Amino acid sequence: MSLLPPLPEGQVLAIVRAPERGLSTRSAEVDPRDPAVAQLAADLLATQRGAAGCVGLAAPQVGVGLRVFSLDVTGHPKARACHGALVLANPVIVTASRWERGREGCLSVPDLTGDVKRATRLLVSGSLPGSGAPVTVETDAFEARALQHEIDHLDGLLFLDRVAGAHAVHARKVYL
Amino acid sequence: MTLFAVTVIGNDRPGIIADTTAALARLGGNLEDSTMTILRGHFAMVLLVSADAARSDVESGLSPLEDDGTLLVSVREVPQEYDVAAPGAPYLLSVHGADRPGIVSAITAEVAGAGGNVTDLSTRLTGDLYVLLAEVDLPGSADVEGLSRRLREVADGLGVDVSLRPVDSDLM
Repeated sequence: MSLLPPLPEGQVLAIVRAPERGLSTRSAEVDPRDPAVAQLAADLLATQRGAAGCVGLAAPQVGVGLRVFSLDVTGHPKARACHGALVLANPVIVTASRWERGREGCLSVPDLTGDVKRATRLLVSGSLPGSGAPVTVETDAFEARALQHEIDHLDGLLFLDRVAGAHAVHARKVYL
Repeated sequence: MTLFAVTVIGNDRPGIIADTTAALARLGGNLEDSTMTILRGHFAMVLLVSADAARSDVESGLSPLEDDGTLLVSVREVPQEYDVAAPGAPYLLSVHGADRPGIVSAITAEVAGAGGNVTDLSTRLTGDLYVLLAEVDLPGSADVEGLSRRLREVADGLGVDVSLRPVDSDLM
């Protein structure tokens, strides 16, 4: 089943940055059949696509405390399994294994990066915005890392909450 | 507002940070960046603190820390911002091997020669094993292959192992 349901046209929204408190708040479950949820999913995807280098975006990052995110790791050099562009409501991590450390950054914490351990084998369940159809995503490597990063946002967690040590946060180097 | 660099060095014990920052808070100081570690039992901390105070006020506020003679405190006024070097591509430099004098200087001389800027460094000596880890920014023009080769030559001469690998971060 495609993980990209038919969606209305999305609008690019403003991205909120830490220390905005909404980023540290657990988001609420949604009714995935609510048309407003499909619109939110479309807006997330449009906003993500408008941000260079961004592979995923969770609703709290646009100031909305709902459990919806978008993701697309297509073409990323560290991706192995890749489901293309996807949107998911009420995601739940079912299984996670093979933990590896990697350095990640976040549009909502633009000046820092952090070394975070993430599972590289992952099974996530959730619902498609719009139809509400239940789906599962089984993935690995970079897509798994990105999924965990987005689901953390829905739980009010930033990578700063998961860094692997006191010296595991670094200034982000924007290198072109 | 004046920016001060405060260093505290001495015999480690619980409560040094709490005592230091309480004194700075009483002065209305705001901690900006700081770092602290323990080096062979020596507490070592550097804080950048901005305060609407004179250097002498900060020094006298912190002077009780030195009363028992186990800690050394210094306060310096520093510029608000230095011109920072253009960021390069980040690499992690790792060196380990039998301890001997000159490892850090020989290795970092090669890094500097390639225009590399060390942004973080720690070294540890445990028994006879010496370990150096450094984060290095290399300019886009740097010959990374050539630097790796020269580092291996220097490391071979010192009888230690070296690796230089990119640390790329991914924007989620």
